Amino acid sequence: MRTEAGRPRRALLAAALLAAAGAAPHGAWAAEEASGGAQATAGFGADWQSWHAANDVADMASVQRGARNFVSYCLGCHSLKYERWSRLAQDLGVPPRLLEQDLLPPGDKPAQYILTSMPAADSQAWFGKTPPDLSLMARARGQDYLYQFLRTFYVDPASQTGANNLRLPATAMPHVLSELEGLKRAVYRQAAGTAQGQGTQQVFDHFEQIAPGRLSAAEYAGFVRDTVNFLDYVSEPTQTARRALGVWVVLFLLAFTWLAWLVKREYWKDVH
Amino acid sequence: MTVKTATGAPARLPERAAPKQGLWAWLNKRLPVDEFIEEQLTGYYAPKNFNFWYFFGSLALLVLVIQLLTGIFLTMFYKPGELTAFDSVEYIMREVDFGWLIRYLHSTGASAFFIVVYLHMFRAFLYGSYRAPRELLWLIGMLVYLALMAEAFMGYVLPWGNMSFWGAQVIVNLFGTIPGIGTPLVQWIRGDYGIADATLDRFFALHVAALPLALLLLVMLHLVALHRTGSNNPDGIEIKEKTGPDGKPLDGIPFHPYYTVKDVVGVGVFLLLFALVVFFKPNLGGLFLEAPNFEPANPLSTPEHIAPVWYFTPYYAILRAVPDQRMGALLMLLAVVSFLFLPWLDRSPVKSMRYRGWLSRTALALFALSFVALGYLGLQPAEGLYVVLARIFTALYFAFFLLMPFYSRIDAVKPVPDRVVYHAH
Repeated sequence: MRTEAGRPRRALLAAALLAAAGAAPHGAWAAEEASGGAQATAGFGADWQSWHAANDVADMASVQRGARNFVSYCLGCHSLKYERWSRLAQDLGVPPRLLEQDLLPPGDKPAQYILTSMPAADSQAWFGKTPPDLSLMARARGQDYLYQFLRTFYVDPASQTGANNLRLPATAMPHVLSELEGLKRAVYRQAAGTAQGQGTQQVFDHFEQIAPGRLSAAEYAGFVRDTVNFLDYVSEPTQTARRALGVWVVLFLLAFTWLAWLVKREYWKDVH
Repeated sequence: MTVKTATGAPARLPERAAPKQGLWAWLNKRLPVDEFIEEQLTGYYAPKNFNFWYFFGSLALLVLVIQLLTGIFLTMFYKPGELTAFDSVEYIMREVDFGWLIRYLHSTGASAFFIVVYLHMFRAFLYGSYRAPRELLWLIGMLVYLALMAEAFMGYVLPWGNMSFWGAQVIVNLFGTIPGIGTPLVQWIRGDYGIADATLDRFFALHVAALPLALLLLVMLHLVALHRTGSNNPDGIEIKEKTGPDGKPLDGIPFHPYYTVKDVVGVGVFLLLFALVVFFKPNLGGLFLEAPNFEPANPLSTPEHIAPVWYFTPYYAILRAVPDQRMGALLMLLAVVSFLFLPWLDRSPVKSMRYRGWLSRTALALFALSFVALGYLGLQPAEGLYVVLARIFTALYFAFFLLMPFYSRIDAVKPVPDRVVYHAH
């Protein structure tokens, strides 16, 4: 557990990275999401259950942006207790100087695990639940789940945090990304009652943007995708090495099996 | 390369002339190495007409070796105990050099073991390999299967994920349905009032010491029994009944080199498929490694659907098909035990499906379909149509065994040839 002294500097760091996040281009994804962005004003999100993260851990720039997003927005509450800072720097190609300057919390050593400075007892009291460790969340829930979760927050005055979520209704998590995404409200429609004959009930129809954020809808989708991509990497840091080694193993086995078959054919010429 | 006999079957390969002195002779005076190789490999005659289905015995042995070797390395870093187990598995995955590879080899190996063993067993159904004189071979094989099920179940608990925990909860509680001693028995197995630290530690002991020893012993007995009776073959003909002037089976060939070189090809193909899973799809869509198991065991949070790993789901579907839990558990036990009676239920005059009629063939096809369908249904929630289907397939599953004495006797059979059918390539 880190000391209290680390916290104000964390806030400064977050603010600095936040500025960088807003300015960073999201490249190809911005174009891909453009059609979705156009719909934003007219209402969108009816198809949220079919949204895919479509992330790619081999896209190192995206994983790096995701790491920056995580440190800026998630680390305040969530830990990655199985990932060391040094491992992150090594896998993501972050030079040691940059790691010390921009990512590493003051007082932490590179060999330490990525832990939040928020005491678990405090967060338990504040949110009713300690925010979960995110090291394995991408494997436990899936990338699409995380992607949909971060994109389906909406304003709900009835909720303690003022926000609710379609993917995880009644979530204890506040919409910490609202300054980036802006605020949106859920629009419902009347649907025929269930078989039990309960009359009509309200079902989610679409979202309506009620306050703009610092990012466009397309940029926000890219931001979320980068973040999910980073969490995907963290859930299995060896996955890139695994696939790379696999290619060689498969090639070797193809050659081995072919040779073994030649030997077998030669021997079995004797059998009539 | 070899001398051929008049019948066309190759004679024994020319033996390496054993040196009269030297280290090898010294060794053989004290340990029957040459004798063993001669008896079990170069002088062990196997039918020459083995087909695709005969790869899975040697492959099962290969997977056993993979599991033992990777298991030894996992044991060096795994820490049993409810506070350390989950973390130590992640430590292996992330910080141990090639730990991820060792772990994926072991987790994929567990599923591969069952795939290979199920195909190996299906081969016995297909060609009547369980029939006399191989009843004991079949029974020992079934004990291997039972030991493997216990081994796999306890190994599945060790990572201490949430599905490990709840799976153990469901399976161990099945013992609670035994009248009278149920509740104290379950407590005795768990070593606690719930699945807890004590349970995990004893499952570890059984998984890494007791059951592997039992498996090795049983597999050895399985091989000894096989080499006493000799292998069956796709024609279901006893090759020992037709021998040449040298006393060797006319339709037999020495296991080494002919089947060793052939099995190596099978090993290559198997390892290719195995590597594709290990390196590119280690979860195999949640079948080999389930998503809820990436969350630590939590007695307060039940996974959405509790389902065992795919290799137990046929039995799990049978368990859930019965409304009464005690009857369900009993039926599940019977489903496994039924295999033991097979040598005495089968009354057909021929062994191989090649020479049986449509009754036996249809029965086997329906049984195989039921097993696969139950496996699928065991992964689905137990509701609506799924339960109806599970009941139908459960009935078919048991009908295969219960009706076998009748349909196998009245089934029209074809004449069995004198010698095995073999086309040289």
